[in-house]
Amino acid sequence: MMRKCCASLLALLATSNAAADWALNMPRGVTELSAETYYLHMQVFYWCVAIGVVVFGAMIYSIFAHRKSKGAEPAQFSHSMTAEVVWTVIPVIILLIMAVPAAETLIKLEDSRQPDLTIVATGYQWKWHYEYQGEDLSFYSTLARDSAAARMLGSGIDPFSVENYLLDVDNPLVVPRGAKIRLLLTSNDVIHSWWMPDFAIKKDAIPGFINEAWFRPDVVGTYRGQCAELCGMDHGFMPIVVEVIQENEWQAWLDNAKENRSQYANAGGAR
Amino acid sequence: MSEHDHHDDHGPAKGIKRWLYATNHKDIGTMYLVFSLAMFMIGGFMALIIRTELFSPGLQFINPAFFNQMTTMHALIMVFGAVMPAFVGLANWMIPLMIGAPDMALPRMNNWSFWILPVAFSLLLSTLFMPGGAPASGWTMYPPLVLQTGDAFPFLIFSVHLMGLSSIMGAINVIVTIINMRAPDMLLLRMPMFVWTWLITAYLLIAVMPVLAGAVTMLLTDQFFGTSFFLAAGGGDPVMFQHIFWFFGHPEVYIMILPAFGVVSEIIPTFSRKPLFGHDSMVYAASSIAFLSFIVWAHHMFTVGMPLSGQLFFMFATMLIAVPTGVKVFNWTATMWRGAMTFETPMLFSLAFLFLFTIGGLSGLMLAIVPSDIQYHDSYFVVAHFHYVLVPGAIFGIQAAVYYWLPKWSGHMYNEKLGKLHFWLSAVFVNVTFFPMHFLGLAGMPRRIPDYSTQFANFNSVASIGAIGFGLSQLLFIYIIWLSVRKQGAQATSEVWDNPKGLEWTVPSPAPYHTFERPPEVTTDKAFT
Amino acid sequence: MSYADSRSYRERPYYVPHESHWPIVGAVGLLFTMLGVSTWLNGSDAAFWIFMAGILVIIYMLAGWFNDVIAESTGDMYNKQVDMSFRMGMFWFIFSEVMFFSAFFGALFYSRSMVVPWLGGGSNNFFTNLLLWDGFEATWPTNGPGNMGGEFIAMEPFGLPLINTAILLTSSVTITIAHHALIANHRKVLKAFLGLTFLLGFIFVGLQAEEYIVAYQDMNLKLTSGIYGSTFFMLTGFHGMHVSIGAIMLFVVWLRVLKGHFSPTSHFAFEATAWYWHFVDVVWLGLYVFVYWI
Ligand code: HEA
Ligand code: HEA
Ligand code: CUA
Ligand SMILES: [Cu+2]
Repeated sequence: MMRKCCASLLALLATSNAAADWALNMPRGVTELSAETYYLHMQVFYWCVAIGVVVFGAMIYSIFAHRKSKGAEPAQFSHSMTAEVVWTVIPVIILLIMAVPAAETLIKLEDSRQPDLTIVATGYQWKWHYEYQGEDLSFYSTLARDSAAARMLGSGIDPFSVENYLLDVDNPLVVPRGAKIRLLLTSNDVIHSWWMPDFAIKKDAIPGFINEAWFRPDVVGTYRGQCAELCGMDHGFMPIVVEVIQENEWQAWLDNAKENRSQYANAGGAR
Repeated sequence: MSEHDHHDDHGPAKGIKRWLYATNHKDIGTMYLVFSLAMFMIGGFMALIIRTELFSPGLQFINPAFFNQMTTMHALIMVFGAVMPAFVGLANWMIPLMIGAPDMALPRMNNWSFWILPVAFSLLLSTLFMPGGAPASGWTMYPPLVLQTGDAFPFLIFSVHLMGLSSIMGAINVIVTIINMRAPDMLLLRMPMFVWTWLITAYLLIAVMPVLAGAVTMLLTDQFFGTSFFLAAGGGDPVMFQHIFWFFGHPEVYIMILPAFGVVSEIIPTFSRKPLFGHDSMVYAASSIAFLSFIVWAHHMFTVGMPLSGQLFFMFATMLIAVPTGVKVFNWTATMWRGAMTFETPMLFSLAFLFLFTIGGLSGLMLAIVPSDIQYHDSYFVVAHFHYVLVPGAIFGIQAAVYYWLPKWSGHMYNEKLGKLHFWLSAVFVNVTFFPMHFLGLAGMPRRIPDYSTQFANFNSVASIGAIGFGLSQLLFIYIIWLSVRKQGAQATSEVWDNPKGLEWTVPSPAPYHTFERPPEVTTDKAFT
Repeated sequence: MSYADSRSYRERPYYVPHESHWPIVGAVGLLFTMLGVSTWLNGSDAAFWIFMAGILVIIYMLAGWFNDVIAESTGDMYNKQVDMSFRMGMFWFIFSEVMFFSAFFGALFYSRSMVVPWLGGGSNNFFTNLLLWDGFEATWPTNGPGNMGGEFIAMEPFGLPLINTAILLTSSVTITIAHHALIANHRKVLKAFLGLTFLLGFIFVGLQAEEYIVAYQDMNLKLTSGIYGSTFFMLTGFHGMHVSIGAIMLFVVWLRVLKGHFSPTSHFAFEATAWYWHFVDVVWLGLYVFVYWI
């Protein structure tokens, strides 16, 4: 145990780690809306920085300039209507400036009409089940075996030796690039939440209800996320992996997947 | 018992009876504060267990089920056991002194509200030893997950009921004391800010604690008596619990910050040697915050699939809270502006409060923006946000208050050197602990997980080191209090500080067992306007 | 009391009681009650007796505590300001009760006007209905798409509930008459109308019990009948519990009247009970309109 701690301490100090390990910011993502969300996030963040600079600047200035040890004599003023009005009105204006783009993006996020493909995702303790609507294809998606082995208490397996530790599954969700994918989310037991940072999507899967979310991935690749709502013991161990493939490979993948469906079912049922 | 012997004759009762049978606001205040400190230690210890497990990826020490129990218990204990009772303790000690009252209005009930707390927390803590362990569904207790709790379930529900009962009685006492017991010249708008913020807090408490009681009652009946409040098949909805919970939960977070606002509004003027800027607008701002807090609850639920109109409404309402809170921050700044500042420990904690609470508030504002919150929600970004407002917010507020009033309580100064050391260690480590959590959240680390992917390893290690440093620094706090209570420090004068405002500084230090048996004159010199 | 009056407090100090053991007795009572009921719910039969022991301790505490207060009050230890504290305390206690009921009313409104329509496919829940609860139609009352507890008959507003409304409203009048009689020092009228009030209270509870029996036996309307059953029984049940407590309080006040307590100018316990009774009454009106009627 001590060794593991030391190892990660070393890892911490060693600069050899990929730069992503010190990642400071939200991913820009691979959909139009994830980029929009990212810019919104940055815009609000910059406003906060600006406000911080002004407010903290004033505080720091008075801390240094108006200290008794420098012989400052206290002024005795204790109110000013003008000042109060100014610092009420200016924040309101700033908030309005933020509110407009936020509302615009939100409205787009909620518009899941006319999808190219609809997938029903059902949360289970602790795995996901995906069903491609109208395609006669469905399967479970469970934490990959190497992660599952390494994550046991006292497993003796170093997580750093496992590729995509805790972020890999046996059967990823596969979707075609450029298509508008609608997710219909529900759950079979407790509340889960489907979170894919690169698509800027997080939506709860609630037993007895169906929530909608949508994304249109622009870039081919493998994207990783996790269940984001506490769902019991293994909440930390139900990752989400989405593979975005080229449009022209899509039909082939689909046909192949349907053929091998029984194999899919088994993999999921192994749990 | 003859007419007039009733309260002049005695000091404290002897031995344990003094505490068990207490009716004196100072004794009860002390009990609240000591209880709160004990709970802070226990809750903090649990946080350290969490942080130790999270020090590096892989499970090293505890299994996931126990991890979730720690998260849940940590939060319940900190919120209901540490922060709230600390504020009630401060209210008990200070409000009668600040408004010139002989005691709290309903002294026996005051004692009852205190003694319910140890009962509630014994029940809650006992669940750690039960089959199935302690509750593990987060402090938010969402169904259906919470219904999977083992034997601990009814204990959880009833201990929440008891905490509610205690808070409601405490709040009634505060309201009645403030409204009914002020010295005749203590007009409402002359009241010190601490009294004002507590008055508003007490209204919030009476309004929302019963709602929490109702919510957990529905959990209980769903579990044991077959009701369908949170069951879709019966026409209910698990999300309905979240609405009711957060109708309580959001005002609750202001319950945990408003008294701290009050504390720093006392301290900053004292050490700036300048009256509080905009006393009245501070009162209106606090009231607006309280009012708005009732109509923003669903900002905790932006991912549950609310209709668009609901999301828009709750986003705008939440953003609005920044305005009155901003007024407060600006007024504190204006109070320091052109003052003559000195930097004793209470002032240092208040200044750190100002900076770090504002950072937490600004990240709160970021959370209010729905599309971004969809990314932040249930990630460590949220954990970072609320620890910024709670630890350097509420906890620093409490610690500032303790340093500020400790000499009044014990009659002896605390050790200023050690106090400053405690401050600097706390202020540095709190940032080391919680600042990296912003990055973790943005990089995609969900909250409430016992283990994480390797890419999150670095910042988690930093946070864990910070947490242990912060935790150890708090031992210093206990030591400093101990020294002052043991009279290891200069005898405090009745004013303690350099010409502070407020009636509490007109009585000797330590404050005699009974004060203001006859209402004092409130001279403008001692009042706030 | 006007604010200026409070200057007279300078002449007469506020009564701060001596040490009292009742609070700690109350806390111990709560400990046993909660411990008992929790372990009882977890399946231990013996725990029922711990629960009962706790309740007894609480009753003992209440009796002793109030006894002390009454003795202090009749011993003229209280000034007007103390009286005012009690009044405010009672007022805010009742307000907290109002908020407790609000949680359940909130659940009723929310489930009725949001959840049930959603399950029926309303708003952004088209697929909820289509994929999960196909065929469920949003109507009220309902036991949900899962038909929890089986078919049931909903409660009719006219008939027993209407009679009960009349009873409670009448009791509200009788207690007001009793109050006026007390102020005018007509002890006989006071005794009669106060007695009538708590009798009406107990009759109400009796009829409510009758209504429950009919619901369970003839209408198959149970606590388990989905969201309608849940909200119906929880709201009326908690209300009934409050009526019972209020009626017991009225009964105790009545006993005190018989013993000659209270004067035209000093009768806080009477007033507090009356406020409580009016609160129970108002909650009922809410119930009648929202649970039984619309
Ligand atoms: C003391 C406690 C406290 C306080 C004071 C706050 C204050 C605020 N909080 Fe926070 N919050 C919590 C405790 C607190 N919060 C907790 C515990 C949770 C998580 C619960 C859980 O899930 O377990 C939470 C979660 C939480 C969420 C949900 C996040 C999620 O789960 O997705 C949101 C979303 O809107 C939010 C928003 C805010 C806002 C807008 C404020 C505002 O009040 C802040 C206002 C302050 C400022 C903005 C700074 C000062 C102002 C100025 C300098 C003026 C100029 C500023 C502008 C014009 C912008 N909080
Ligand atoms: C007022 C409330 C409050 C306070 C003060 C704190 C204080 C701290 N919190 Fe807490 N926290 C919450 C309220 C609070 N928290 C809430 C509401 C949640 C959400 C729960 C949920 O998801 O349901 C949460 C969740 C939470 C998490 C996320 C858990 C998860 O998602 O799984 C973490 C992780 O780091 C954490 C850490 C800490 C730390 C390190 C402190 C430190 O500040 C604590 C410092 C104090 C001490 C350490 C004690 C003092 C010292 C000793 C006991 C001496 C012994 C010391 C040594 C031996 C070293 N908290
Ligand atoms: Cu599924 Cu968390
Ligand atoms: Cu909130």
